Amino acid sequence: MSIRERLSGNEAIATAMKQINPDVVAAFPITPSTEIPQYFSKYIADGLVDTEFVPVESEHSAMSACVGSESAGARTMTATSSCGLALMHEILYIAASNRLPITLAVVNRALSGPININADHSDSMGSRDAGWIQIYSESNQEAYDNFIQAVRIAEHKDVRLPIMVCQDGFITSHAVENIELIEDDKVKEFVGEYNPKNYLLNNKQPMSIGPYDTPAYYMEHKRLQAEGMKNAKDVLLKVAKEFENMTGRKYDLFETYKLEDADTAIVVINSTAGTAKDAIDRLRKEGKKAGLLKIRLFRPFPAEEIAEALKHLKAIAVMDRCDSFSNQGGPLGADIKSALYGTENAPKLINYVYGIGGRDVRVENIIEVYDSLYEIIETGKTGETYRYLSVREREVE
Amino acid sequence: MPKTTEIRWHGRGGQGAKTASLLLADVAFNTGKYVQGFPEYGPERMGAPITAYNRISDKKIRVHSNIYDPNFVVVVDETLLESIPVTKGLKPDGTVIINTPKSPEEIRPQLKGWSGIIKTIDARKISEEALGRNFPNTPMLAAVVKVSGIMDDKEFISQMKHSFEHKFASKPEVISGNMNALERSLKEVR
Repeated sequence: MSIRERLSGNEAIATAMKQINPDVVAAFPITPSTEIPQYFSKYIADGLVDTEFVPVESEHSAMSACVGSESAGARTMTATSSCGLALMHEILYIAASNRLPITLAVVNRALSGPININADHSDSMGSRDAGWIQIYSESNQEAYDNFIQAVRIAEHKDVRLPIMVCQDGFITSHAVENIELIEDDKVKEFVGEYNPKNYLLNNKQPMSIGPYDTPAYYMEHKRLQAEGMKNAKDVLLKVAKEFENMTGRKYDLFETYKLEDADTAIVVINSTAGTAKDAIDRLRKEGKKAGLLKIRLFRPFPAEEIAEALKHLKAIAVMDRCDSFSNQGGPLGADIKSALYGTENAPKLINYVYGIGGRDVRVENIIEVYDSLYEIIETGKTGETYRYLSVREREVE
Repeated sequence: MPKTTEIRWHGRGGQGAKTASLLLADVAFNTGKYVQGFPEYGPERMGAPITAYNRISDKKIRVHSNIYDPNFVVVVDETLLESIPVTKGLKPDGTVIINTPKSPEEIRPQLKGWSGIIKTIDARKISEEALGRNFPNTPMLAAVVKVSGIMDDKEFISQMKHSFEHKFASKPEVISGNMNALERSLKEVR
């Protein structure tokens, strides 16, 4: 029987960490993810876990310590947000290329400037090419479930890559909501013991990690890294199946909501998906066939499966909670467009930048997006494809 | 009661409006409801106006936006009435609950045209008499429970007793004062 609880998204992640009881957590606090290492430090002080906690002086050091301990063969975790993730950037690539399955909880927040502490995906989107698996979460429940599954995906012998589990800063990280927890022993059994094949502290197999790589081998090593990322998709599905058997909660590459018979849809990441589901129910009552595709796995990007799920639609709005300043829209917009390239009679597509810097997203705002899609269907004209949602075009008097 | 009850709290940084919203989520959760309790975050300073929210429902809550058309508004500090349009978006059949020594009709002129229901509670007086200090959030929480009817008084009191015994395990001397504040508030809200 699962445990009925009410926790914030940060408490949910800290609880998952406690249940997993990793060997090492190295972290530096930054809003809004600070509570994760804060709660976890308390679990250590209270003797609930036997993790080695490394309080460092920056996020660059936090990720460096994670690289060191994971190389040594220790199951290692950390948490960060915003500029903290940006400061880790250099070391993210080292973790990925050294094939170190570190688990990182990202609580999504805007990057400076202007300085802002609220929800925005600029931080993790900025890391999307670093070689980390990225999973996104709509709610505290999904953040918890994804974090537990992440350990298994990252450590799988065919993958061996670091993984970040993302959720929206404040919107889910600081909101207390209902959650179903899994019993401690079941979580421990699900994640299992970490027994890496190669690790520095194995004196029977002396090795070095992360040395200089010459042009004679660099490409082959990167190719193998890409292969691990390719394998992550199938491994994620297998882990999801096992997780469903344990909890009854079903996870996939992405989630669809009333998409099968829809003529319009939005593609969205994290907490806005829940708000969009309420908007869809309202539109369906008016007879409008609105649907949703919510991204779960963003890296690797399940392009073929997404294209298959979207190809029957007439018009799509891709929602980016960040701008990539490409003058073409956001990163999710670019990936969805690539996925649909070559699809016959591909749906018309617009890309919205929305909710950046924590701009609140209401059911009404999502309905406006669908209104634009129906206008495109009626007029046959797509118009501007790179749009901003709920932005003031001039100062309000 | 509608399917989802939405509550908006107005307070000042340091007064415990956020804590009160989380406590309300807690007690509603304990009666089997689906809950959300969340503050609106920004650069926080003691004394600056803050907003916190609750959704309480019999079914799973999916929406993740702030609350614009609440069923109840709770004003933890009456000086906010000068600067914040607290009843903005409040449903016409909704209720505003204000911490003030005044009666509802005495305070109505300060609500700039609100013609709906007003409830008042002197949370400061109750807190100072029962706890010896001004912690308005405990009596405000009881007033919200009483006015919104999200649970019955007896169940609320027994829940809170349990919760305080846990929360104040290391200083049990404050439990009776807090319980007294809750019980007085349930009776004195008008």
